[in-house]
Amino acid sequence: MNLVPHLPALQVVLPLLVAPILVLLRDARLCWLAALATSVTGLCIAIAITGQVLDGETLRYAMGGWAEPHGIGLRVDELSTVLLLVVNGASTLALLGGRASLLEQVGEPRQNLLFAAWLLAVAGLSGILVSADAFNIFVFMEISSLASYILIAGGPSRRALPAVFKYLIAGTVGATFYLIGVGMVFMMTGTLNISDMELRLAEVGDTNVIIVAAGFITIGLALKAAVFPLHAWMPNAYAFSPHIVTAFIAACSTKVALYVLLRMDFFVFQKNLVNHEWQFAFVLMPLAAFGILFGSIAAVFEQNIKRALAFSSLAQIGYILLGASLITVAGFNAAVLHLFNHALAKGALFLAVAGIGMRFAHLRLDEVRGAGRRMPWTLTAFAVAGLSLVGIPGTAGFVSKWALILAVLDRGGLGVALLVLIIVSSLLAVVYVGRIVEALWFGEPAGKDQAVREAPPMMLVATWIAVAANLWFGLDASLPGELAGRAAEDFLRHLP
Amino acid sequence: MIAVLTIFLLCLCVITALGVVRAGNLFTAVMLMGIYSLLMAAVFLLLDAPDVALTEAAVGAGISTVLLLSALSLTAEEEHAGGIEPVLAAAVVLITAAIIFYATFDKPPLGDPDAPVHRHVAADYVPMTQEQVDIPNVVTAVLATFRGYDTLGEVVVVLTAAIGVLFLIGPDAPQGRHAPSGNLAEGGLKHHQPLRIVGKIAIPFIILFALYVQFHGEYSPGGGFQAGALLAAAIILYGLLEGRHAAASVIHPAVLRTMAAGGALLFGGVGVTTMLLGGRFLEYNVLRDDPIDAQHLGILVIEAGVGVTVAGVLILIYHAFAARGRP
Repeated sequence: MNLVPHLPALQVVLPLLVAPILVLLRDARLCWLAALATSVTGLCIAIAITGQVLDGETLRYAMGGWAEPHGIGLRVDELSTVLLLVVNGASTLALLGGRASLLEQVGEPRQNLLFAAWLLAVAGLSGILVSADAFNIFVFMEISSLASYILIAGGPSRRALPAVFKYLIAGTVGATFYLIGVGMVFMMTGTLNISDMELRLAEVGDTNVIIVAAGFITIGLALKAAVFPLHAWMPNAYAFSPHIVTAFIAACSTKVALYVLLRMDFFVFQKNLVNHEWQFAFVLMPLAAFGILFGSIAAVFEQNIKRALAFSSLAQIGYILLGASLITVAGFNAAVLHLFNHALAKGALFLAVAGIGMRFAHLRLDEVRGAGRRMPWTLTAFAVAGLSLVGIPGTAGFVSKWALILAVLDRGGLGVALLVLIIVSSLLAVVYVGRIVEALWFGEPAGKDQAVREAPPMMLVATWIAVAANLWFGLDASLPGELAGRAAEDFLRHLP
Repeated sequence: MIAVLTIFLLCLCVITALGVVRAGNLFTAVMLMGIYSLLMAAVFLLLDAPDVALTEAAVGAGISTVLLLSALSLTAEEEHAGGIEPVLAAAVVLITAAIIFYATFDKPPLGDPDAPVHRHVAADYVPMTQEQVDIPNVVTAVLATFRGYDTLGEVVVVLTAAIGVLFLIGPDAPQGRHAPSGNLAEGGLKHHQPLRIVGKIAIPFIILFALYVQFHGEYSPGGGFQAGALLAAAIILYGLLEGRHAAASVIHPAVLRTMAAGGALLFGGVGVTTMLLGGRFLEYNVLRDDPIDAQHLGILVIEAGVGVTVAGVLILIYHAFAARGRP
């Protein structure tokens, strides 16, 4: 049997079917091994798909043998590939380093359910990315969301439960809004297939129904992607989930929602809503700008490391959205690059935080003072990944930030204002990363922390692989650059 | 006439929904929600959507009411007074409703045969079902084969719900409490003879109906989802009447876990088999020499998978709630 044509399906089906098996297994170690093996295989599939996409193919797959639009099609292009790499890579690294941390924070008896939920989250997120069908995306959004709620609820503190409940309500409202919008589009076009929708919307693009549908879809997805000001669920959900779960979720979950937002708004609606072309750019751009500013400022004043990084994510989501809302090829290119590079930086940072979390009960700045002297490897990793987040040359973060700066400068007067915004928020990033690093390295240890020692070797390996990826893609950005560049060309073809 | 009846039922729905919001007593709220679902089921039936109506009745009015009642046995019956004034929330809801209302001005009229939904993909499903699947119920053909991958996804959603409940309040969860004896869930309604007798008479018929809905789904409304919910309702009803342990002795929780995971695996296994036989994932045509026979076989097996998972998950969730005592 030739596996190659089945790769897009296997990307989803493999974790989807290993998860039920894990429910029936009892041995915690075996479950971890199975989850890790599945995740590694998933990453290999994603890499193989990337190879094919780089050869200039858009992969298609007809589920059930039924051709689109009657059946559900899978479709993998450059934009989906970027995020397939992120999702499967983040899952693999987090699982590789996370066994000890998850055992400690979630407890041994529930490990099988935890890893089952983990694989379901991977399957759900991958399923969204490969799908060519708006309703199918909703189904996999449900799988990934439910699974993420379970993972976050595994946090050791009781406060994880209210945090996850808030996320559950926000996420459900978001998904329902998306579904209402898709239902309205279906009512007016009779199709659920995204490419078919794009064609058939041309005739009905000026009806109330479609305008309202676009609004529902945008707001619903913005809620799931934690776009300012719909981010209220995010800081606590990140802060109280198990540390390793944060590393995984923070790297990919909101980005996949953002992917669907970009896909629907800019590939489907943008050219079809006659006289409403401005609506995405001019609604999303100010939100992006406020998000960048608010997130960076909130991160500066936050005492809890994980919450500070969560607010920083809010700002980074703003960058991605800002790039897309410029509606230029350069802007979209920068947005896609930043999707990839921010996942690298934030994933590495949260992995380092997970390492610190194994030695300190609380991740408040005043409690982890001086930790760097006892766990230098973890803290060096944190510092380097922090540089990537700030956007220092030589790191991945710089590549996308530079691309974004060039893209905004194309926009004349408005561009200068946006440039000032980016520079201010980058300086704020220097402050919030700097004060965490300062406390960790130069703070006086709180005293009785003789037990504090370096994080376990597996955790260090995973963290440093992530850090190395930040440096590698900082020096040689040809892979994400090529993918983002082609995604931007594709984006151009969908503009009016 | 149908329009008048539908509008009447929808008005009752609105009144019931307001009743749910206003009710301070959670028991009342749960009961009203059951009534709401039953009304919606009637509306769906009037709109010629019997499959949806059956699902709404079985899941909305049946199983969710029972599960909410078992959840209610773990918490206080009265809602906390005070809290936040829901003015802002009400405003948001009203604005959202107004926007949806605004959207309907341009929508094609109800039942318009020229509406886009009837002209494009859906119009092709009817001849495709006749020629390539050959079963009378087009809805089953859409769910089980044309969009079978979505259905697999939904089965996994159901399984994920069970994983979540087991993770949070299952036997392995921390702070697991066992119900004190004398709890309703433990002892059932042993002292309520009329309820027990009437209830027990109903159980065999519910199971029979579940099997009918399961295996007749190709011909009439129904299928695995509804059948699984009905089967679960029968077992849970038995548990409510005779106590949790009696229900556990019918199907042991370990078996339920196997059912929940096994149904999804059976469904997915069909897809893997078709891949191994040289087809696409869930391309039933390759299962047998004759593509129509093969479609029938595929649909039969995946519907069985759906039914097994749904029944297993729902009963598991019931047990998870019933095994917890009032804090």
